[in-house]
Amino acid sequence: MSDTFFTEPPDWKWLIIFYFFVGGIAGGSLFLASILQLFGRPSDRPVIRLAFKVALVGAIISGILLTVDLGKPLRFFHMLIESETGRPTLKLWSPMSVGAWGLLFFSLFAFLGWLGARHEEGKLKWSPAALFTRGPLAAVNAVLGGIMGFFLAGYTGVLLSVTNRPIWADSNWLGALFLFSSASTAAAFLILLITRRGVTASASLEWLSRVDKSALILELLTLIVFLVSLGAVARVFIGWWGLVLVLGVLIAGILAPLAIGAGKVARVTDRLGTMAMLVLFGGFMLRVVVILASEQIHVASDQVMRS
Amino acid sequence: MAEAMGFYTDTTVCIGCKACEVACKSWNQLPAREGGQPELSGMSYDNTVRLSGTTWRHVKFIEQFDAPYDGRWLMMSDVCKHCVQAACLEVCPTGAIIRTEFDSVVIQSDVCNGCRACIGACPFGVIDINPVSATAQKCTLCYDRLGVGLEPACSKACPTDSIQFGPISELRTRAETRVGQLQAAGEKRAYLYGADPDGALGGLNSFYLLVDEPEVYGLPRDPKLPSRNVAKSSLFSGLGAALMGIVGLVSLRKRRMDERSESDEGSRPTTTPPA
Repeated sequence: MSDTFFTEPPDWKWLIIFYFFVGGIAGGSLFLASILQLFGRPSDRPVIRLAFKVALVGAIISGILLTVDLGKPLRFFHMLIESETGRPTLKLWSPMSVGAWGLLFFSLFAFLGWLGARHEEGKLKWSPAALFTRGPLAAVNAVLGGIMGFFLAGYTGVLLSVTNRPIWADSNWLGALFLFSSASTAAAFLILLITRRGVTASASLEWLSRVDKSALILELLTLIVFLVSLGAVARVFIGWWGLVLVLGVLIAGILAPLAIGAGKVARVTDRLGTMAMLVLFGGFMLRVVVILASEQIHVASDQVMRS
Repeated sequence: MAEAMGFYTDTTVCIGCKACEVACKSWNQLPAREGGQPELSGMSYDNTVRLSGTTWRHVKFIEQFDAPYDGRWLMMSDVCKHCVQAACLEVCPTGAIIRTEFDSVVIQSDVCNGCRACIGACPFGVIDINPVSATAQKCTLCYDRLGVGLEPACSKACPTDSIQFGPISELRTRAETRVGQLQAAGEKRAYLYGADPDGALGGLNSFYLLVDEPEVYGLPRDPKLPSRNVAKSSLFSGLGAALMGIVGLVSLRKRRMDERSESDEGSRPTTTPPA
């Protein structure tokens, strides 16, 4: 039996699941926006602006979810500042400590990107905001924002691995799995917004759909590697959580969207919308399964003691 | 730093009286569960069941009965191990968890913000949220008592000296003598869990004399630090990020090539050349 079965769950439940999901979409959106900002073309601008908005709103929601989940929400700043000395606090070996700073910087870059987007749309008259629309400063913001986007997308999985809990600490692949899932859900969320809002961006839509499908394939492969890496611990998934994993994540969230998206995507926005919704559902269920399957396991001694 | 202090718990002389639990609750003014209503576990003679934010000492009853009158009853007073390399201290993002001058590990309740990272990190499942303070709490090795030269309440109350308090080096010597004594008396299974400073987590400042496998007592065989996964997990995530970046760029290139070939086809003459 893995030593991880002798620990207690931290009671990270729905607020954290929603944070992992929303934070993943925000992180994915910022790095998709950054790629288009750096290497795309003018016709991608509507999608870039949309992605910056999604990233900023996602960052705000993430911050609220994380703060509300604390036992003492008013002490949220203790994550960043030493309460006794007022100095910044950072532990590079603690993903939660690094993550708190990561979310802060992510929010900054998302905010600057959003400023540029608002200015470009003519909704913000403040002229310095133009610096974040095009030009060297916008490029720097895109590079740094892209890096932070990748970080926010993947660190949540690393955070789970750096515990002593069953499933989470029994594999080193959760970070990569969440990263690919964040990429696919972010692309799906942007596709959904574009198709629902009727934004004219067929070439960007095609690119997003292509990225989404690639991310889904990588997610599928990583999911398999993750399950194999669990070894005997994977037996936890024999039962209800295994069923949710297969039906909700694997079939509904990965295989079905891949099958639906296999056609000529640019001309079938309805099909893209369905695909996107399934990807979002699968991404959410992935986080539900990974978190709650471990949360339900309490210290093994009770079973062992009575065996 | 003063000499490292801790507990040596000899489980062979524990009688399950739970005096340590009561003394701990009393000294630390820990609240009762369910407003003090009697609460039965319904599955054991042990009604405390587990360590929690309001129970920092717990006498485990290990009831192994295959049939009536045929079985074994082991008892073990469980507590925070005050690990030399502490997982909780390692992951705490706020600095609320500190190492004291007695080499014990203490959570500062006025700094903790209840993020619960330490709960999932502890390899022994010791830490929990105290519902009254809404912060993570556990045994402090009676830091306040140690400061004025008193021994912790639990070891003071233990009627059989199953829980012994003192300098770790002295406790180790005492524990090794006891193991030798038990083995000479025929109890060949007796051994020390967590006493080896070169062992898991650099040794435990609360170590045990056991007479069965660690798992039987609800203890991990080889407790580890959570940071063992930082490098590999981060590396795989980093590689994933690089791969995703490449996917994005390759997809952009593919889009450009597709459009170029489409425009090439569009500009090609559609009329059939004359024969």
